[in-house]
Amino acid sequence: MGNIFKFHNDLDTDQIIASQYLLLPTIEEMKVHAFESLDAEFASKACPGDFVVGGENFGCGSSREQAPSVLKALGIKAVVAKSFARIFYRNAINIGLPVIVCKDLYDQVESGDTMELSLSEGIVKTGGSEYSCTKLPPYMQSILDKGGLIASLNEMESTAHHGESGGDQ
Amino acid sequence: MRWRVQLITENLEVTNNMGMTIAEKIIAAAAGVEAVKPGDIHTVTLDRMMSNDGTTHLTIDMYNQQIKNPTIADPEKLVFIIDHNVPADNPKTAASHKKMRDFAKEHHIDFWEGKGVCHQIMMEHYVCPGELIFGADSHTCTYGALGAFGTGVGCTDFLYGMVTGTSWVLVPETVKFNLTGTLKKGVYPRDLMLHIIGKIGANGVNYQVMEFTGEGAQAMSINDRMVLCNLAVEAGAKSAIFEADETAQAWLKEHGREPKHLFKSDVDAHYVKEYTFDLNEIEAVVAKPDFVDDVIPAKEACGVKIDEAFLGSCNNGRIDEMRVAANLLKGRHVADSVRFLIVPASNQVYMQALDEGLIEIFMEAGAIVMNANCSVCWGSCQGVIGEKEVLISTGTRNFKGRAGHPTSKVYLGSAATVTASAIKGVIATEDQL
Repeated sequence: MGNIFKFHNDLDTDQIIASQYLLLPTIEEMKVHAFESLDAEFASKACPGDFVVGGENFGCGSSREQAPSVLKALGIKAVVAKSFARIFYRNAINIGLPVIVCKDLYDQVESGDTMELSLSEGIVKTGGSEYSCTKLPPYMQSILDKGGLIASLNEMESTAHHGESGGDQ
Repeated sequence: MRWRVQLITENLEVTNNMGMTIAEKIIAAAAGVEAVKPGDIHTVTLDRMMSNDGTTHLTIDMYNQQIKNPTIADPEKLVFIIDHNVPADNPKTAASHKKMRDFAKEHHIDFWEGKGVCHQIMMEHYVCPGELIFGADSHTCTYGALGAFGTGVGCTDFLYGMVTGTSWVLVPETVKFNLTGTLKKGVYPRDLMLHIIGKIGANGVNYQVMEFTGEGAQAMSINDRMVLCNLAVEAGAKSAIFEADETAQAWLKEHGREPKHLFKSDVDAHYVKEYTFDLNEIEAVVAKPDFVDDVIPAKEACGVKIDEAFLGSCNNGRIDEMRVAANLLKGRHVADSVRFLIVPASNQVYMQALDEGLIEIFMEAGAIVMNANCSVCWGSCQGVIGEKEVLISTGTRNFKGRAGHPTSKVYLGSAATVTASAIKGVIATEDQL
């Protein structure tokens, strides 16, 4: 069970992490500025296991991977939105942050509500109701299951070094 | 006001037997297969990868700390460009730049610093038709102006590509944008593209490719094609593309390059949607704060007081736009209440503007001419605006706080609208001068 932080449609990556923080040395230093222009206390309020809920086109704009990375670093369990902008969606999967498409949830919840997510079943539970989510294509799910693209790459490297298939990657 | 979408045709059926679009042919070639179709996931060999100072420091840290067997598949395919915060504005930025500089030197990676905005450098020196290019910047779709498939990625994707030379691609659907007629005097390709985004919305082509075609597209210069392709990501596109026709080939020749592949879409290629835009009907427009698709006729915004005007960015900092601004500024002066920043997209553009006497016109008119870089478009360098200030910009985005303080406002317009506004001190169109 985690708390919900709900944001508007067309939520852009500049709002998740502003340009002025992108060249800070580490994600840890950046994460305290997440959603700063919309909710200056977001980073201090968010707890591991909490959720970000978005409307249509969540994460539009910049390719800055810092956007999903600061959310993951703050312990956000998943972003659940009506739809995602493609680069944010891909970046999130690549770093192992679950991004869940759920059309029906958005209009039923507010910030401060609590919810529960079963990733394997693809079900969100909140306020006594259940909502089903769109499943990821198997290839993307396998990246997420392994903990992200770099973990997948390291796994392939290990396999390759043991003389098994997959060495062409 | 949000525009209503005018959908011309829609056909969601696709089979293996259909012809392919330019984008599909490029992906098929990069995947080493005969045919691909939307929805397939393929492993592709990347032709080139570009990364700038917005994220490269993180890529390098990940390379050093997280990769089990750090190797670079092919350094010749990599380009590092420092263009966002250049020159460095504080010690942390300087350290980030040094990390990038040192890594490029150690690994024999092509490296540019202070020579211009990454996409302009890539177009001037690297991009070839038919290539599949990953750039760690969302506006990498610019390369479609030369018939290449450019797409923006994050630093993990970049890192994976750097180490393996490959990546995974979900084949996108292609949407056809048929352009007819010609733009009227005082209306520019930037007005057209903002108009299109206003019509289809900020996620109008999410995860799709915008293919521009028709006589209106064929008549466009590479400069103009770059304007259209560059902004495609603001409608959610994965990429945007023009056919590499004679105009593209002549441009390549001028820049000392030969095309590798000249792909054309097949006559029976599948388009998930088709739109037609009559260029004669396009008017000067602006996008209102804080959404790129909140597009209105520029005349409806006239009179809004501005504090700063910005001409530059990877969308609109090229010689064509410099000429538009100089024509309007000649014999006139920037309003006392306005800072007008003019930032050429590359040193090549800067030198050309010097040769043509444009820089002199800018300086005499009271504009601030800056070194070639991303400038206030990305909001973390010289020129950012303060509390409740208003900017009119040829940059790529007008998101909340994009150019400085969270309470500031950004309008997007053409080079002509931005220049006219700088002169008047309020949003104005060129016919009001």
